[in-house]
Amino acid sequence: MDVCYHCGNDCEDKSLKIEQKYFCCNGCKTVFEILNQSELNCYYDFEKTPGSIPNDIKEKYGYLDHQEIIEKLTSFSDETTEVVQLYIPTIHCSSCIWILENLHKLNDGIVTSTVNFPDKTVRFTYKNQEISLRKVVELMSSIGYEPYISLDDTEGAKNKVDKTLIYQVTVAAFVFGNVMLLSFPEYFEVDEYWLNQYKYVFRGLMLVMSIPVVFFSARDYFISAYKGISHRILNIDIPIALGIAVLFVRSVVEVLFDIGGGFFDSLTGLVFFLLLGKFFQKKTYNYLSFERDYKSYFPIAVTKICENGEESIPLQNIKKRDRLLIRNEELIPVDCILISGNASIDYSFVTGEAVPVEKESGAKLFAGGKQTAGAIEIEVVETIEQSYLTQLWGNDVFAKKSTKSIKNLTDSISKYFTMAILTIATVAGIYWSFIDVGIAVNVVTAVLIIACPCALALSAPFALGNILRIFGLRKFYVKNADTVEHLAKIDTIVFDKTGTLTSTSNSEISYTGTALTKEEQVILKSLLRMSNHPLSRALYAYLPVAYKKLEVQDFEEVLGKGVAATVGEMSVKFGAASFVGANKGSTNSTVIYVRLNEQVKGYYELKNQYREKVSQVFSALAPNYKLVVLSGDNDGERAYLEEILPKNTELVFHQKPEDKLDFIKNLQESKCVLMVGDGLNDAGALMQSNVGISISENINVFSPACDIIMDAKLFRKLPDFMRYAKKTVLIIKMSFGLSFMYNLVGMYFALTGMLTPVVAAILMPLSSITIVIFVTLCTNLLTKK
Amino acid sequence: MEVIYITIGVSIIVAVMFFIAFIKSVKSGQYEDTYTPSVRMLFDDELVKPTKKKKTNNNQ
Repeated sequence: MDVCYHCGNDCEDKSLKIEQKYFCCNGCKTVFEILNQSELNCYYDFEKTPGSIPNDIKEKYGYLDHQEIIEKLTSFSDETTEVVQLYIPTIHCSSCIWILENLHKLNDGIVTSTVNFPDKTVRFTYKNQEISLRKVVELMSSIGYEPYISLDDTEGAKNKVDKTLIYQVTVAAFVFGNVMLLSFPEYFEVDEYWLNQYKYVFRGLMLVMSIPVVFFSARDYFISAYKGISHRILNIDIPIALGIAVLFVRSVVEVLFDIGGGFFDSLTGLVFFLLLGKFFQKKTYNYLSFERDYKSYFPIAVTKICENGEESIPLQNIKKRDRLLIRNEELIPVDCILISGNASIDYSFVTGEAVPVEKESGAKLFAGGKQTAGAIEIEVVETIEQSYLTQLWGNDVFAKKSTKSIKNLTDSISKYFTMAILTIATVAGIYWSFIDVGIAVNVVTAVLIIACPCALALSAPFALGNILRIFGLRKFYVKNADTVEHLAKIDTIVFDKTGTLTSTSNSEISYTGTALTKEEQVILKSLLRMSNHPLSRALYAYLPVAYKKLEVQDFEEVLGKGVAATVGEMSVKFGAASFVGANKGSTNSTVIYVRLNEQVKGYYELKNQYREKVSQVFSALAPNYKLVVLSGDNDGERAYLEEILPKNTELVFHQKPEDKLDFIKNLQESKCVLMVGDGLNDAGALMQSNVGISISENINVFSPACDIIMDAKLFRKLPDFMRYAKKTVLIIKMSFGLSFMYNLVGMYFALTGMLTPVVAAILMPLSSITIVIFVTLCTNLLTKK
Repeated sequence: MEVIYITIGVSIIVAVMFFIAFIKSVKSGQYEDTYTPSVRMLFDDELVKPTKKKKTNNNQ
C-alpha cells in the first residue's frame, strides 16, 4: 500500500497525486504545494513523511486580532516588531526544526523563528506592519503546525527557571578542584624546606576559596537545618550543616593558629558531592506540565453574537445570558443552553467518554465539551468560575500547595542518626576531657566531621534520580523524586472507569438486526467515507470490507442526524433513530441505524472499549493492594466489571467530581491512596490522593494536574512500575546499611584521636563514590529484566 | 623558587577566567536547549541549491 508523502498515513484513494507522490487527503497535498512553491521541499529530505495533517481552522483565531490579547501573548512589542513564543505540540523531528526556522521564506514579514526542540516551542520575531499575529498562527496551521494557545498563556509570565543550584554546584566544583591541588603537599607531611616555606600561602588560599563554598554553595543546608530545628524536626540537613560548620571552624582555627592544614579538601569535596546529588535528582520534563488546571484547556476568546454581528470577546468577559457561537472543533467554555444548531458534544477530556453525545436544542451543555458537528449557538447560564466543572477548582485541595505530608525515608532515619552522633560526641568528649582537654576538643570535632552523613544523604537522591530517568525513558513521567517514595508506600489503588479503564480513542462496535450482505456493507462504507462526522469515521474504520468507488446520487448529510443517498437503485439512510424512522430502543448507548430501500435493517451500537489487559493488571495488583473502581456513570456495567475484575474489587458508581474527591479523602484516614484517572473530572481526586497518576493518550496536550503522567499504551505495565518503586526504596535502605559501615570505620579513627586530614580526605570521597555506584548499578539491574 | 607565586597566580587566574566564562554561558541561556543546535548545524545549503538532494542523519 502507498503511504502519504506528507504524513505517512495509508492512501486508500490513489486520485491525489503529484509526480508519483501520493497524498492521503487534500490537506496534505496543499501543504506539499505550499512548500513546493517556496522551494522548501527539502523538508521531505531530512525525514520521510515528516508532516502532520493540517486542521481546518477557518475563523478560529479571529480573537488574535484583539490588541488586548496580542499584548498578553507577546513577550515584546513596539511599533514595528513583535516577539511571541508559541507552543507547537506537533514538533517531532529534524524536518520540523528546519521548516519552522525557514518560515521567513514563506512570508517576508517573519524576521526570525527559533525552535526549542525539547520544549516544543518556537520564538517568532515578526514585523507587525507586514504580518499580524493571527496571520502567523494561520500560516503555521496551514502547513500542519498549529500552535496550542490557551487561557493559561495570557496569565502572567512563565515561571523562570531557577539557576541557583547550577551556580552553587559550579562554585563548589571549581573550589574543590583547586583546593585538592593545593592541599596535596600536606598529605605527605614531609619536612622539606620549600614545602614548609610555602605552606602558609597554600593554606591561606584554601581558606579564602572555601569561604564562598560554605556561605554560598552550602547555604541551603544551613537554612534547612534552621527550619528543621525551629519546627522541632531532626532532618538530615542538621547533621550535614553541623558537619560543614565544624569542618570549616576547625580548619580556620588550625590555619590561623598554625596547628595544621585543616580539612578544606574534605569540606569542599563534601559540599560538591552533596550538591551533585541534589542536581542529579532534579529531572524535569520541560514539555510536560504537572500543574495544569482548566485554564490550560480553555480557549482565550469566544465569539459573541450581538445585535450588530459577531464579536470576539475574552473569556473573562462572558456574562450570563450572552449568546455565543461555538464553531466546529471548539470548546464550550461555560455551562449553557443550546439555542440552535446540531450539537454533538465530545466530552472525552472531561469524562474520558469516547463517543460524542448528541443534544437537542434547549438541552443544557456543560463546560469542557468540544463541539464536533458544525456551528451551534448557545446562551450562557453560568459564568466561567461558576460552571459545574470549574467550580471544582474552588475546593481547598487546590488552594494549598504540596502538603502531601509523608515524611521521606532519609528524614525519618536521620532522627535516630542525629541523636546517636550527638550522644557519641558528648560521651567521647567527657571521656577524653579527663585525660586531655586538647584531645577532647579534637575528638569531638572529629566525630562530628566523620559522622557527617554525606553517603547517607547521597543514596536517596542518586537512587531516585536514576529511577526517575529510567521511568522517563519508558514514558512514565514522574514529577519528582519524592513521588517515587510515596509510590512505594501505596496500599490502595483507585481507578476511574471511563477513559482510564476504557480507551478514549477506540470504541467497541456491535451490530444488531438483519445481517447485511457484503455488497451492502461496501455501499455503507463508501458512503461513510464521504461523511466527516466522528461516528461515521469510527464505523468506517470498523467495517471489515474494502472501500470501493461508487456512483452516488443525492448525497445529503444532515448535521447531527445522519446521511441519506442513493447508490444505483438502492436508497440508503443511516443515522439517528428519528432520521431513519426506526423506533428508538431502550439503550442508553450511541447507536447508528441503517435503512436500505425503505426497510430498517438494524443498528450499530458503539460502546466504550476496555483497555487491553485490564483484567490482567487488576489480578496482578490484587494480592498487594486494595482496589477500587470509581465511576461517574450509572452502574450499567457492574455485572461485566464484576466478571472481569478480581472478586474483592470495590465498585462505586454515580460519583460526581466532588464525590470522587471526598471518597479519596475518607479512604486516606486509614490508607495511602493512589488515584489513576484521566479527565478533568478526576482533577480533584488526583490532587487529593497521595499519588495521582494521569493516563493520557497524547501526553503533550491533555492531562490534569497530577504527580505522574503516563502514556495510555503503558497501562498494562502499571504493576511493574509499582514494583520498581518498592524495590528502589529497598535499595536505598540497603545503601543506608553500607554507609553506616563507613561511618563505623570513620568513628574508630575519630574516637581514638587519629583522624588526620589524609584519612578524612580518603574516607569521605570513597564512601560517597561507592554509594553512588552501588545505587546506580542496583537500580539499573532492577529495571533491566 | 619565588616563581611559584607567579605560577600559582597564573593558574588561578586562568581557572577563574574559565569559571566566569561558564557562569556567563549559563546566564545567557546556552544550556536551556542542548538539543536543537545539534540538529541545526547539520542544515546547510538546502535553500541556495534546492535541486541538491542531501540526506542528513535521522535524529528522532
